[in-house]
Amino acid sequence: MAFISSGYNPDKPMENRISDIGPRKYDEFYPPVIAKNKGKWLYHEILKPGVLVHVAESGDEVYTVRCGGARLMSTTHIRELCEIAEKHCDGYVRFTTRNNIEFMVDDKSKLDPLVTDLESRKFAAGSLKFPIGGTGAGVTNIIHTQGWIHCHTPATDASGPVKATMDVLFEEFQNHRLPAQLRVSLACCLNMCGAVHCSDIAILGYHRKPPMLDHEYLDKMCEIPLAIAACPTAAIKPAKVEIGDKKVNSVAVKNERCMFCGNCYTMCPSMPLADDVGDGIVLMAGGKVSNRISAPKFSKVVVAFIPNEPPRWPKTTEAIKHIVDAYAKGANKYERLGEWAERIGWERFFEKCELDFTHHLIDDFRDPAYFTWRQTSQFKF
Amino acid sequence: MAKHETPFLDQLETGPWPSFVSDLKQQAEVRAKNEANVEFQIPVDVVEDLLGVLELSFKHGRTHWKHGGIVGVFGYGGGVIGRYCDQPEQFPGVAHFHTMRVAQPGGKFYKTEYLRQLCDLWDFRGSGITNMHGSTGDIIFLGTTTPQLEEIFFEMTHKHNQDLGGSGSNLRTPSDCIGQARCEYSCYDTQDLCHNLTLEYQDELHRPAFPYKFKFKFDGCPNCCVASIARADISFIGTWRDDIKIDQEAVQAYIGGEIPPNGNAHSGRDWGAFDIQKEVIDLCPTQCMWMEGKTLKIDTKECTRCMHCINVMPRALRIGDDRGLSMLVGAKAPILDGAQMGSMLVPFIKAEPPYDEIKEVIENIWDWWMEEGKNRERLGELMKRQGFQKLLEVTGLDPDPRMVQEPRSNPYIFWKEEEVEGGWDRDINEFRKYHKR
Repeated sequence: MAFISSGYNPDKPMENRISDIGPRKYDEFYPPVIAKNKGKWLYHEILKPGVLVHVAESGDEVYTVRCGGARLMSTTHIRELCEIAEKHCDGYVRFTTRNNIEFMVDDKSKLDPLVTDLESRKFAAGSLKFPIGGTGAGVTNIIHTQGWIHCHTPATDASGPVKATMDVLFEEFQNHRLPAQLRVSLACCLNMCGAVHCSDIAILGYHRKPPMLDHEYLDKMCEIPLAIAACPTAAIKPAKVEIGDKKVNSVAVKNERCMFCGNCYTMCPSMPLADDVGDGIVLMAGGKVSNRISAPKFSKVVVAFIPNEPPRWPKTTEAIKHIVDAYAKGANKYERLGEWAERIGWERFFEKCELDFTHHLIDDFRDPAYFTWRQTSQFKF
Repeated sequence: MAKHETPFLDQLETGPWPSFVSDLKQQAEVRAKNEANVEFQIPVDVVEDLLGVLELSFKHGRTHWKHGGIVGVFGYGGGVIGRYCDQPEQFPGVAHFHTMRVAQPGGKFYKTEYLRQLCDLWDFRGSGITNMHGSTGDIIFLGTTTPQLEEIFFEMTHKHNQDLGGSGSNLRTPSDCIGQARCEYSCYDTQDLCHNLTLEYQDELHRPAFPYKFKFKFDGCPNCCVASIARADISFIGTWRDDIKIDQEAVQAYIGGEIPPNGNAHSGRDWGAFDIQKEVIDLCPTQCMWMEGKTLKIDTKECTRCMHCINVMPRALRIGDDRGLSMLVGAKAPILDGAQMGSMLVPFIKAEPPYDEIKEVIENIWDWWMEEGKNRERLGELMKRQGFQKLLEVTGLDPDPRMVQEPRSNPYIFWKEEEVEGGWDRDINEFRKYHKR
């Protein structure tokens, strides 16, 4: 494996340097039917789950086939989807915000061959490469974070629980039988690069043990004041610690004040929190980002903790299935999960979803907590 | 024969959903065979070691990636995230496994020719493993070594006219919904505004000078498909001011069952015949719609543009023509002080190139936040700490009831001296003339 230079000269890094050019311009990659009709679309219809038609003022139509995909994707897989796009879609393809792949054709006659081709492709061990679905009143792809594949702060994996959950919810991915769309998201720690906090169902990795302190290295690896300032509950203070015959500068943690956010570890690698027993999953439910009918909502914690159970997280997927089934049965047409929970009352939600209500679910974190307690005599038995 | 046994991961190869494990395994095989004769610049068995270390995490219930490390390309403070394995002897192929964020095109449309160029580059100089796409929106190149970073950047900029995205305390790569490219609801050109601001603020994107991360997200309408209101420091949500356009014939076609409601989104279940009263008029949050005989009426002045009626009857109802966007500010995920939704700052602003008015609002906000924001304090947290009034002051915007859910329920107003007639300087002796001690 000989080193091959790109032309970059490390001795003169600024020589011939190109920077600040940004992304490629969006309209370089528009399929012709999109370029022609941009801003002039009249309406759309979902022909069947995963297959949409958009009709333009010009009378042009674009047919879209939406496929689920693992967002963790190899170049081999990308090359395969390129091959499909070249065969059927004149070499154009796009991705959605929720990691779906969209193949577009400009004529209905091109649709069936594309669908048949996509449906026929499977990985060696049998899973589908390009499952069609993710539209309308159903479950679409889960947006998620890195997890154990690439992140240093996760409290759970991402790709693993996502695969397990989508296998359990797969029928809803390919159907339109829920009351409204149901968005599931996963963030493997509270940093939430996935911003899951407004999802119908959020799967969140969470720690439950305070940081361990690597006293011998802490002062060498971290800025102690930054580590102290990182703590939102002021649980960290400076400390002198004896190691052998040496006294070193370090920190002390008031464990009972820790809410396990992991922010200290982000600032200081000598304060790891990860633990096979302490870490696991929090389930949140009832959030949404759309302004449709009701205002956007945060998801609420409905299960305080489920242990990590690799490889398939059965307790997590079972609880999710309970929630989805109860919602499908109980909600009105167009009603999002959170709107349903608010209409029937959260006391009824726990009953319908067969979830225990434990003390952990009552907010005790600062001002917003008060606004979640019940300040009315109205409740349901 | 696989390099590492992966009994846990193997269990994720069954079931219908695409298996990332199967994909990683096929990639490992393609690299091992190397039929394309690629002169791999990082270990050929990198994917095998990735599977190995992931399997170990499944066994241990803990990650095996170390805390970052400062790596990057010259002159940029973002776009590369250092990553090292904490078991490098066991998994030498992923000992150094840095991430590169590649700025994605608006709307995530691609020509395959271009995707193939990226694949060639990434097979040659990296692991060939990607995220399509990361949460912020970038294409993520997952895993390469330090010496390759400059080489990849050089090839990307010189051969592919392509730049890196943002990471760290800077402007993160802005992202948008599909917008007018293929959506009839979009009230402005999300891709053009996103691209324009991305180019305008390349310096802010590549050279961290902010207290913390800053995100722009562009939603073409209040349906908010890119979740801007939940996660963007400034969220741009399309809206309009005039009448929803009504095609009364199409309304009748919905009522008569000739067109399925909601674009056929409920086709998998028998919800009974479409009932416009129950499904549209009664669900309108402002009760601003009614039927007069066979005519659907909307009282535009009372409409809050929630999109429900338009979503249900896209062939009968269309967004208005006096279009623009709302700017909401300060959204963030829970870390640290709890999640915040975006708060309405600019109820309506036109979104037309060169977008100068929008840029003025942005730059005023940045001036304030860069001056006053504490280390790792998001805009939303600064707003809570210093107050919405301060935000109005720095942006020079006039207060408007559209900015609040409701007026305050406490009278603890921080009056300024200049707002009170006569100021605050008073003479106690003068006061005592009339009020004995």
